[in-house]
Amino acid sequence: MNGVPVALDLRRDVGRWSLRTAGHAGRFTFLLFDMVRGLTEWRIWLPRMVEQAVNTGYGSLFIVLLVSGFAGAVTSLQTGYQFTGQLPLYVAGGVIVESMILELGPVLSGLILAGRIGARYAAELGTMRVTEQIDALESLGRSPISHLLLPRVIAGLFVIPPLIMFADTFGVLVGWVTAKSTLGITDADFVYGARYFFRPLDLWYSLIKSYFFAATVTIIPCYIGYNTQQGAEGVGRSTTAAVVASCVTILLLDTVITKLLLG
Amino acid sequence: MIELQHLSKRFLDNVVLDGVDLRVDDGQTVALLGPSGVGKSVLLKHIIGLIKPDSGDVIVDGLHVPLLRRKELAELRSHIGYVFQAGALFDSMSVYENIRLGITDETCYRDDGYCTDRVRECLRLVNLAPEVAQKFPAELSGGMRKRVSISRAIAGKPKYLLYDEPTSGLDPVNADVIDGLIERLQQEIGVTSVVVTHDVRGAFRVADRIALLWQAKIRAVGTSEEILQSKDPAVHQFLERDLEMAVIQSESDDGSHV
Repeated sequence: MNGVPVALDLRRDVGRWSLRTAGHAGRFTFLLFDMVRGLTEWRIWLPRMVEQAVNTGYGSLFIVLLVSGFAGAVTSLQTGYQFTGQLPLYVAGGVIVESMILELGPVLSGLILAGRIGARYAAELGTMRVTEQIDALESLGRSPISHLLLPRVIAGLFVIPPLIMFADTFGVLVGWVTAKSTLGITDADFVYGARYFFRPLDLWYSLIKSYFFAATVTIIPCYIGYNTQQGAEGVGRSTTAAVVASCVTILLLDTVITKLLLG
Repeated sequence: MIELQHLSKRFLDNVVLDGVDLRVDDGQTVALLGPSGVGKSVLLKHIIGLIKPDSGDVIVDGLHVPLLRRKELAELRSHIGYVFQAGALFDSMSVYENIRLGITDETCYRDDGYCTDRVRECLRLVNLAPEVAQKFPAELSGGMRKRVSISRAIAGKPKYLLYDEPTSGLDPVNADVIDGLIERLQQEIGVTSVVVTHDVRGAFRVADRIALLWQAKIRAVGTSEEILQSKDPAVHQFLERDLEMAVIQSESDDGSHV
C-alpha cells in the first residue's frame, strides 16, 4: 500500500536533487567565465588583491607551520616505531621527506586553509549578500566579481602555494630534529636517505597540488558565499558548506592528481 | 522616464507581481504604497535589473532593462541611485569610501581631489558634518546610516533615484528629516524618483503621484487628492489603517516624552 507514495517521493527527491546539482553546475561555470572576463579589470582587483594576500598569507602562516611541524614530528616518531631494527636508519630520512612533500604538507595545509580561508571568504561574502551589500555594489554599476571575488581568489593563488612550500620545509626540518633526538639518526644518514629517495618530480607534484588546493579553498567558498540566501542562518549554512565542500574536493583532487602524476 | 508594462513575477507558488503597469515621467516623484511584504521592493529591484521579470517589460530611459547586456546594464545603473532599505553600506569601508564608490564616472572616481569635494558636497546635501566621512557605518545611528546611504546614491549625480523604505525603522522625527531630505533633493537636483514606502504621511508629503500596490496589482494611481477621493474600498482601508497607526504612534511617542 505504501510502496507507491514512497516510490513517488524517491523520484521527486532524485528529481529535485538533480535539478539543484545541475543549477549549481551551471552557476559555477558562469561564475568561472565571469571571473576570467573580470581579469581585464585589473585596476579594480589588483589593489584589493594585495590587501587580501597580506591578510590571508601572513595570517595563515603560523597555523600552517604549526600543523606541518606536528605532522613532521609524528611522521618521524611513527617511522622510528615501525622501522627501527627492520631497516637501515637512513630510510627514515627518505620516509619523512617524501611523506611531508608528497602528502602531509600539501593536504594538511589545504585542509587547514579550507577551514581558515574558506570559512572566512564564505562568511564575508554571505553576510554581504544577505545585507544587500552585493546588490548595492551592482546597483552602482560595479561588478562584484572584480571588486569582491577576484581579489580573494587571486590572492589565494598567490599566497597558498608558497605557504604549502613553507609547510613542506618546516615539516621536514621538525621531522629531522625529532628523528635525531629520538632515533639517534645522524645528519649524514638523514641527508643520504632523503637524497636517495628524492626525485625532482616530487617537488613539482607538491607544487601542482598546492595550486589546485589553492583554487579549491578560494573559488568554492567564494561561490557558496556569493550565492547565500536567507539571513544569518543562511550565512551559517554557507560557511559550513564551504568548508565541507572544500575539504572533500581537496581529498578528491589529491587522489586524482596522484593517479595522474604518480600512478 | 520609467515605465513598467504588464510586469509579472512569481517566486515558486507565490505571485508577487501580476501584470503591473506604472509610468514615472521625467522629474516626477512617485510614491509606491502598499502593506509590508506585498512586493514593493521586488518591483523596485526590477527597475534596476537586480531581478528579471517572468513576463512584461521594464523601460528606463528608453532602454528595455530585461534585455540589456551586462555592460549596458552597468552603464544604465550608473545613472540610477538606489537607497536600500537597511542602507546596505559596505561595513568594512569608511563613510568616505562608501560615498566615493557611488561616483560612477571612472575618470572622476580616480581623481582624489574631485572625490574629496564630491563626498563633502554629498554629506552637506544630507545635513551631515564633513567629519562623518572618517567614521565607519557601525559607528553611525540608524538615521545617519540612511542619510549616508542617500549620499552614496546621489554621489554619481544620477538621473533617477529609487528609495526602498527610506523611513522604515526610524523614529517619527528622523522619518520627517528623511522625508524633508527627499523633498529637498527633488528640488535641488531635480531627479526622477520612485519612493517605496508603507508610510502614508511620508508618501503624501514627498510624491507628485501615488500608486497603491495591493495583492500583486497596482490598485490605484493618481495625485494625493485623487487617491484621497478614491472610492476603492481597498485604498480607503489601507489609508485609514495606516493613518490610524500613525496617530497611535505619535500619541505613544508624546507620552514617552512626559
